[in-house]
Amino acid sequence: MSDKSEILGEIIARHHHREGPLLPILNDVQAELGCVDAESEALIAKGLNLSRADVHGVVSFYHDYKTEADARPVVQVCRAEACKARGVEAIIDNATRAAGERVKIETVYCLGLCSAGPAARTGDDLHIRLDAEGITKLVEDA
Amino acid sequence: MTKVRISDDALARAGGADKLAAAFEAKGCEVQRTSSWGMQWLEPLVEIDGKGFGPATLTDVDAILDGTSDKAIGLIEEHPFIAGQTRFTFARAGKTRPLSLEDYEATGGWAGLKRARQIGSEAIVEEVKESGLRGRGGAGFPTGIKWDTVRKAEADQKYIVCNADEGDSGTFADRMVMEGDPFQLIEGMAIAGEAVGATRGYVYLRSEYPDAIRKMNAAIELCADIIAPFVCEVRVGAGAYVCGEETSLLNSLEGKRGEVRAKPPLPALEGFLGKPTVVNNVLSLAAVPHILTEGGAAAYKDVGFGRSRGTMPIQLAGNIKHGGLYEIGFGVTLGDLVNTIGGGTASGRPVKAVQVGGPLGAYIHPDQFDIVFDYETFTEADALIGHAGVTVFDDTADMLGMARFAMEFCAAESCGKCTPCRIGAVRGVEILDRIKAGGRKRDRLELMPQMHNTQKDQGRDAGDEIGLLTDLCETMKFGSLCALGGFTPYPVMSALKHWPEDFTRNPELVEKAMSEPAE
Repeated sequence: MSDKSEILGEIIARHHHREGPLLPILNDVQAELGCVDAESEALIAKGLNLSRADVHGVVSFYHDYKTEADARPVVQVCRAEACKARGVEAIIDNATRAAGERVKIETVYCLGLCSAGPAARTGDDLHIRLDAEGITKLVEDA
Repeated sequence: MTKVRISDDALARAGGADKLAAAFEAKGCEVQRTSSWGMQWLEPLVEIDGKGFGPATLTDVDAILDGTSDKAIGLIEEHPFIAGQTRFTFARAGKTRPLSLEDYEATGGWAGLKRARQIGSEAIVEEVKESGLRGRGGAGFPTGIKWDTVRKAEADQKYIVCNADEGDSGTFADRMVMEGDPFQLIEGMAIAGEAVGATRGYVYLRSEYPDAIRKMNAAIELCADIIAPFVCEVRVGAGAYVCGEETSLLNSLEGKRGEVRAKPPLPALEGFLGKPTVVNNVLSLAAVPHILTEGGAAAYKDVGFGRSRGTMPIQLAGNIKHGGLYEIGFGVTLGDLVNTIGGGTASGRPVKAVQVGGPLGAYIHPDQFDIVFDYETFTEADALIGHAGVTVFDDTADMLGMARFAMEFCAAESCGKCTPCRIGAVRGVEILDRIKAGGRKRDRLELMPQMHNTQKDQGRDAGDEIGLLTDLCETMKFGSLCALGGFTPYPVMSALKHWPEDFTRNPELVEKAMSEPAE
């Protein structure tokens, strides 16, 4: 048995008793393995007695699940209306330039910090009131 | 020892509240981490003996302690931003430690639940009906009627589902409830359970709120014995905006794609796993403990305007000087909120547009600032209150760009179930791009003689494209299954109507196209 199937078995066992266990399982798989790939989909399908198509349909629906793990650090930048009103579009180029190939810049729609944008998230850390300099530093330190 | 209070709300923490708290501790102060007062432009706000200092940075610590800080704002409770509010749902904001059961009980916590258990299900529903509480998620459906439907439904299992998938930009009240006063929300859910006969509750919480997830989980564990036999569980979403729609949320909760269900059957009768389910927004459920206290329903009903009773936690966001949470009875005008309370734009430039109700809300022109906060008044003005997020834009905003973003957002977040939303939003982006380019000429292929079905005219000018957009918006508005496709036309059409000069150099084209929609 590979490590992966052990990890998956453990995650499935952790949530199997829940009503509607699939999302909690997928959230944990994404968090622990960095992605939900085809192999994981097959194992989860088997564990929950679902078809692979069912599981793949769910995995491909949600933005949070990735098909491949990306080892790069991620900076999520909010580009929804409130952050646009506070000028995120003017500084986004600074972020992408500072990121280059090393850091992944993702767009999110709303971190709930709407009066103090532009806002960004790295891991579970949140950042507010970013300007060109602030976002550059954030990306460089990521 | 000096007692210092600093919020541990996500916004304050993002502004450096943790380091600030550590710095005060290093100076020998006793630091209490409380919920946020909601004056977000002042976060991190430091409170000593009721007096506030903010926005505080590490370099301010010494000055704050020796009383020479220029960040002093005086007594927080007397600050006009706080003094002008009527706080029911946010009565504890700034005053208690979010995860302290002791603080919660000392400020009237669990009184609503205790009384609810005494008066029984029918009387609970009656009181909620009497209070006039309407769904705070956006639709404004009377909460008491929804509860009554579930109460009367017969089933071996019923559910309470709290919609905490607060995806609208410009809204953060749900986040503040969950991070600042999680027990109140849990109490509201337990009361709902008592009212309809449900013993299980789920909080569907979006993954973008890590702090709220952590605090809700901790709070549920702490009060499990108090709410028993009611059992509550947090379910974390996976980054789909559409899951804020109740039927899509239920599918997601069941472990399916978050696709919208056709109604009927109503979730009240066939909801989670096909069982009768109350789906309520965080703010609706958090308002309930206050309503269920002795005389609470009448007090709640006494505030308000027309058929919109009680208070609305309004969120001032975007380019606004004094952004934050402002809970007040319905009936306040938008102009008051933006100019007087909010202090105008943060950039100091003139206000150009205000979007109320998140990405699906209309853009409101400053000429309409006398509009009052009331569900019916907003509907008449072709706008919506939604979750009461108010996002302010200054005169640098490009309204065509914002209209395009509304369509782009709808395309990105559409669940794909119904055609007007799935395809209409993509077409909307394309049309707006063509409007920006001034229309579109026929291309070479179309002009070839063998292409019998293509028109051989000059193509469409901006006016024709605007006609198409108007037509598309009509289709989306009336043909979509849920509010995502159905309300996306609001920001688009309101932007077009009020700022035609941002769309084309001949604004009269807009007027013409809007008055006679394309065939």
